[in-house]
Amino acid sequence: MKRLSLFFASAAALIAAPLAAQTTAITGGKIVIGDGSAPIEGGTVLIRGGRVVAAGANVAIPADAQRIDATGKWVTPGIFAGFSRIGLVEVGAVSQTNDTEADKSVFSAALDIQYAVNPFASPISVNRAAGVTRAVVSPDSGSSIFGGYGAVIDLGQDENPITEARAFQFVELGEAGHRRAGGSRAAAHILFRALLEEARTYARNPAVFDSDLLKASDAKALLPVINGSTKLLVHVESANDILKVLDLRKDFPALDLVLVGANEGWRVAEHIAAAGVPVLASALSDLPYGFEDLSATQSNIGRMKDAGVRVAIGMINDRDAHQLRYSVQYAGNLVALTKVPRATGLTWDEAFAAISSVPAEIMDMGGQLGSLKAGRKADVVIWTGDPLELSTQVEKVMIDGVDQSLSNRQMRLRDRYSNPTPGALPKAYDH
Amino acid sequence: MKIRALLALAAGGSLLAGCAASGAEPSSASAAPPPSSARGGPAFPSTYRAYPSAPTAITGVTIFDGEGGRIDNGTLFMVDGKISSVGGPDTAIPGDATVVDGSGKYVTPGIIDVHSHLGDYPTPSVDAHSDGNEATSPVTPEVWAEHSVWPQDPGFSRAMANGGITALQILPGSANLFGGRSVVLKNVPARTVQAMKFPGAPYGMKMACGENPKRVYGSRNRAPSTRMGSLAVERQTWIDAQEYRSKRNDAKPPKRDLGKETLAAVLDGDILVHNHCYRADEMAQIIDMSKEFGYKVTAFHHAVESYKIADILAKEGICSAVWADWWGFKMEAYDAIPENAALLQKAGACVIVHSDDENQIQRLNQEAAKALADGRAMGIDISDAQAIQWITYNPAKAMGIEKMTGSLKPGKMADLVLWNGNPLSVYSRPDKVWIDGALMFDSADAQRRPVSDFELGQPGEGDVK
Repeated sequence: MKRLSLFFASAAALIAAPLAAQTTAITGGKIVIGDGSAPIEGGTVLIRGGRVVAAGANVAIPADAQRIDATGKWVTPGIFAGFSRIGLVEVGAVSQTNDTEADKSVFSAALDIQYAVNPFASPISVNRAAGVTRAVVSPDSGSSIFGGYGAVIDLGQDENPITEARAFQFVELGEAGHRRAGGSRAAAHILFRALLEEARTYARNPAVFDSDLLKASDAKALLPVINGSTKLLVHVESANDILKVLDLRKDFPALDLVLVGANEGWRVAEHIAAAGVPVLASALSDLPYGFEDLSATQSNIGRMKDAGVRVAIGMINDRDAHQLRYSVQYAGNLVALTKVPRATGLTWDEAFAAISSVPAEIMDMGGQLGSLKAGRKADVVIWTGDPLELSTQVEKVMIDGVDQSLSNRQMRLRDRYSNPTPGALPKAYDH
Repeated sequence: MKIRALLALAAGGSLLAGCAASGAEPSSASAAPPPSSARGGPAFPSTYRAYPSAPTAITGVTIFDGEGGRIDNGTLFMVDGKISSVGGPDTAIPGDATVVDGSGKYVTPGIIDVHSHLGDYPTPSVDAHSDGNEATSPVTPEVWAEHSVWPQDPGFSRAMANGGITALQILPGSANLFGGRSVVLKNVPARTVQAMKFPGAPYGMKMACGENPKRVYGSRNRAPSTRMGSLAVERQTWIDAQEYRSKRNDAKPPKRDLGKETLAAVLDGDILVHNHCYRADEMAQIIDMSKEFGYKVTAFHHAVESYKIADILAKEGICSAVWADWWGFKMEAYDAIPENAALLQKAGACVIVHSDDENQIQRLNQEAAKALADGRAMGIDISDAQAIQWITYNPAKAMGIEKMTGSLKPGKMADLVLWNGNPLSVYSRPDKVWIDGALMFDSADAQRRPVSDFELGQPGEGDVK
């Protein structure tokens, strides 16, 4: 009961919290803007109305500002998970709680993940407590190569997780696409082209649309993909598959492509860079999981970056519903590569940007999210130390300027069993 | 990265391997190899031989000895494949020794993974390589993981170069209640698995409780389809094994039975039981079953709820092999918490950090570091050196090889890693790896890294990975 009432108290505080007039100043900390610039010692982050007003070394603090002392701490933008399935799954193997894909649905591209995202799922609170504040959330493809509309969400404790619905469409065009299209890459590419052509047919006369390939709802969902008003996130790993995806723009020039995964991206990095296509890449893949990943290396992101590709860290098919807290560890590992002979990593500043501003920019949301630049939504995390280091803990998380609860059921279990031996009453009475 | 490992987990299954004795130079082998082939020569003996080594000293280095000890500005000297001396800066070094300047660097014992499927679920993870679960019967103590291990799995080299892994146990999967024998390997590239087998290592036997066996067999409308069904099948199997064992020395012994030979060797205490088990209540059931039949569980693997019964596990002397923070991928992993390892340590129980994953085996040092940090954050005082023990001495002990490797003590195998920084930092990587004193990986030498047959002539051959 004690905890329950605490929960309600914090919920009430939450409703009251975003006081537009209140100014908050986080002072004395090591400030990471998140845009790839170097950290600033002893800086200030000023927040008002849910937005960052200013962040840096010489910020004037209004007299009436509420002050949070972060001396000795690090202050950064919240982690922006570049590709995930968070909020879609409570327990992975319990199908009733797993909304990542719908392989028995008659629909595909029209599936809209915003209706599945559950802000009260425990992975949201667990990853929020680890400093993750925003995430790209994608459906997986089920019965077709197209998975449906994905969203960008926040990990706040309120009931409105959607930052941007229908932020992109998702499609599989690698080995998974080959399988879902009927058994070959040729089948996947003809299916892709045929579905888009059907959508054009639909657009010409929706009233008489009748297709063996596509429901009207799916056709309607593909139209903004064809004209480039909705991004197309394409999961593909091999060098050859990447080149074939880039070639799609010969037939569909307006496609706004983003590659996801791209384990062999480094081998064709100059082509990706020339096409101006950004990548949400797996950070530490380094094994030939399949023949599409033969040359996978942890140096992939560093090499693509050096070739001029805009690249952020994503976590496709890598515990992407539960462990977005690995983002900081992955970024730290890319920094570690800078000390390994012949490897290519990222500088610390680049690595942090790869989990904050760069994924936000890839989603065309860099003006709103992903950094502590003035005007951005105030997603702010205070850490006990270097956020990429394994020993560091999160002390405070703000989303849209609202102080967030860091409690979750893992912590409750921890506290109940900090001494495993039952006392006068069974453990069930410890709460 | 792919979800293959998780799927394998969900499908449940791993292999057990075991090897008979070893042909290699007998060190102070702790456990006598079980009489695997009662009426003939040794079954599948190890042909491992240490590779050539030079007398080598590492100086000015921070040493974590694997048993909770730490030496700053230390010196380690190895010769003839063995650790010769470990101490401070005044440690004597023979004039002919190769001297490696370890200033700013760290030395640990070779990292050891008690739970791996490298080789039996190798990459590329195509169907043709799926050799970890003999999922045709819930009781397959007769299978040996070593008969599935593909030595050309590229994962072995990643585990060495990025993770400093020098020894590992390859298990059968968890589809079956009795999965079969495990095999303990030296992480050296070889043409045959026999040439990787750890000389003198005892066998393990994989068991599994919980969701996987009942899902795999229940879906085929056969036992077990429930947890009570699992216990019933297991107890009947032990009853039959006891009978076999009691008749072994009769004037007219029973016909050789591969499965029962393994089970009898468990009852004899010669084969170590590694039991996949997530939930605390189920571990308690398994402990009671082991007492009913007079065997001992060496370690519970994936023991995400061990923290709930840390006192019981400490009292029973059973190790928990755990991840730092995996959770939520299935119902029995729902109550996992990141403080599991630290709470076990606090209770005086044996902690092992394991991988069950071809990616995290490359970062067991980081997994230990996370588990350590989460413990400290709740006020549990654990030293860096103790956390290193979770991935060195403790797994060695659970694999029955702790008298030979797993810590930096004179006379033990010179299996060790020189790290380019504190191994508990995300920014550190192996600089050099020695196995039996032989330099098997050197980050500065592109030739001194293994490249499997599979990767020859492929894009990315010999890359840093």
